[in-house]
Amino acid sequence: MRLFSKKTFAHGVHPPEAKEATAGLAIRRFPFPPSLTIPLSQHIGKPAVPVVREGEEVIRGQLLAEPDGFMSVAMHAPASGIVRRIGLMPSASGKMVPGIYLEPFPGSSQEVPDGAGVDLESATADEIIAGIQAAGIVGLGGAAFPTHVKLKIPEGKRCETLIINGVECEPFLTTDHRVMLEQSDDIFMGIRYLMKLTQAAKCFIGIEANKPDAAQHLQDKLPADLQAEVEVAVLPVKYPQGAEKMLITALTGHEVPSGGLPIEVGAVVVNVATTAEIGRLLPVGQGIQERVITVTGPAVKKKGNYRILIGTPLRFILDEVGVEDDIARVFMGGPMMGPAVSSLDIPVVKGTSGVTAFTLREGGDTPPKEYPCIRCAYCVDACPIFLNPSQLGLLAKNGEFATMAEEHHLMDCFECGSCSFVCPSHIPLVQHFRVAKAAVRKAKAS
Amino acid sequence: MFTSLAIGGAILGGLGLLFGVILAVANRFLKVEEDPRIEQVEGMLPGSNCGACGEPGCHAFAERLVAGERAPGGCTVSSPDGIVQIASFLGVDAGQEAKRVARLHCAGGLGRARQLADYEGFSGCRAAVVAGGGGKSCSWGCLGLADCEVACTFDAISMNPDRLPVVNVDKCTACGDCVVACPRDLFEILPLDQPLLVQCKTPLSAEAARELCKVACDGCGRCAQDAAPGVIKMNNNLPIIDQNAALTLGDPRATVRCPTGAIRWVTGDQFQDRPAPIREGR
Repeated sequence: MRLFSKKTFAHGVHPPEAKEATAGLAIRRFPFPPSLTIPLSQHIGKPAVPVVREGEEVIRGQLLAEPDGFMSVAMHAPASGIVRRIGLMPSASGKMVPGIYLEPFPGSSQEVPDGAGVDLESATADEIIAGIQAAGIVGLGGAAFPTHVKLKIPEGKRCETLIINGVECEPFLTTDHRVMLEQSDDIFMGIRYLMKLTQAAKCFIGIEANKPDAAQHLQDKLPADLQAEVEVAVLPVKYPQGAEKMLITALTGHEVPSGGLPIEVGAVVVNVATTAEIGRLLPVGQGIQERVITVTGPAVKKKGNYRILIGTPLRFILDEVGVEDDIARVFMGGPMMGPAVSSLDIPVVKGTSGVTAFTLREGGDTPPKEYPCIRCAYCVDACPIFLNPSQLGLLAKNGEFATMAEEHHLMDCFECGSCSFVCPSHIPLVQHFRVAKAAVRKAKAS
Repeated sequence: MFTSLAIGGAILGGLGLLFGVILAVANRFLKVEEDPRIEQVEGMLPGSNCGACGEPGCHAFAERLVAGERAPGGCTVSSPDGIVQIASFLGVDAGQEAKRVARLHCAGGLGRARQLADYEGFSGCRAAVVAGGGGKSCSWGCLGLADCEVACTFDAISMNPDRLPVVNVDKCTACGDCVVACPRDLFEILPLDQPLLVQCKTPLSAEAARELCKVACDGCGRCAQDAAPGVIKMNNNLPIIDQNAALTLGDPRATVRCPTGAIRWVTGDQFQDRPAPIREGR
């Protein structure tokens, strides 16, 4: 293990970390809610297809919906109960999306029956990929990209480096931190599956220097059969290091080309919690029913890292942990990248790594007044992918979305929020870019 | 010294003369003959290049007019006098087309559609849509942040106190800018003399729809039964109006039994008869 490594990426910002409130708290199981709303599309790609009927009784871990094609994953029952309705339900995007309303039985058991596991020794690469898809595993870091799609190495490409992403650069969140401390065996089992699948020669576990206990723990627990290939790499603390492309640059020095995938520089990046789920679920043939979520923020009374059922509504979570009376804003994820939710009936999904709640006391009751761009170029120095947010912002205000996409690489922006964070004029740059990206996608589709 | 100046002057002057001659020759022999009437007709058109006629701009429309492929009435922006003037200039029939206007398929303004959260980002419907949908419980309804009002070239859209856009049917030219601007696709260009209009777009039914908004269509289908056969059919919990059939067979009876007032008989501007008759306690 290399402590105090200098390896990192250029640009980036240093937001307050605010992780101390929950970093030391062990993962605890959250109560089952009286009703679950489970969206059929919790991943990028096609929604899953329900295989249950309304009124059907299901047991925990039973398949609720099967994947529709390769770019889709399965969904399993988070709790034993009865399927009340299959129809539209609210989601974090503000749109109503198709989903399954499940009413858990009172006193529903935590036990999950085993299925047909994927044997590490005998399984082929395709069998492991099928197993990951059947387990419903998506990127648990937040993007919710189907993990098996990422692991399918295209013809003619070779994966040289497997990177396990334990960076967790988003302020407030400590789920990956706790998973690394408490589920190291699952992580190493997951790495064995991934190494076998990708045939990578080298594996890095990237961890930021603000989690020395996690790095030390993984180094101590590193099993003998992985000693040669796996390296725990400690990186300086910087946002957005947890972004796939930034982490590759930090660890290997290679830059992923614009519009390209990590495999083009011979790398595959998998989140550490995702790796742990692969290691936990694949040997026993189960599907993902729950995940670790950090519930935190100044408005939350009982902050902590909780193992929460997929589909638990935010209202139930906030009622259980208790919130301040003047709670004003709730984010799915952390405050840098997490979207603010418009309804508490929205459930947590596979991609939800945190729930953060704020009161009116932090930041005031209105967004800060916006001033004109003074061309200070702080945003240019912050942008990790070397865009010019200042120029993009001016174009966005004039509605020149096509120019932004064609001449200024708008579509490479992954909305990390570094530019908005440093802007002294408080210009909501990322929101402008999200509007522009939506407009460009709409124009392309029509 | 003087000679070098003279040489420079002579070279530049000579080049200028040479290119001048080339241009003069090109103008003489490569001239494109354009019907002079096209320019004159274009001068009579409003010149707003709005595209409501379906052509890429006023010049293209003038070309089609002179070629006899379109009638002057195809321009919805010109005044009737202007159209008659073009028609008499070209010696053709004015061909007045039925007036069409933009109609909003939503009536869920303030106090009707439930508001779950306040949107605090920068103003505009498109901006609100990317930020969690803007906080309105109905994810199909009008956000009320006036992207259409800004987009309208003809100043025909104004926001009413309920934060709904009112299209002034006299000013509306059916150019379709608002149709493009609305991120929820709520505008449709419809004939003005066909007053039957569904002011809702939610595919939800029964309580699920009424929970979102007091004036939501709950998909009961009464209007389809009350209207003349073939005028309204239900699809995806919404009444679909056959515009051609409704033009001749439509009548206000179809709206009478609507429990929420989602289907209305609208002559002139929308939302003039607010508050909509809501039958509470149903």
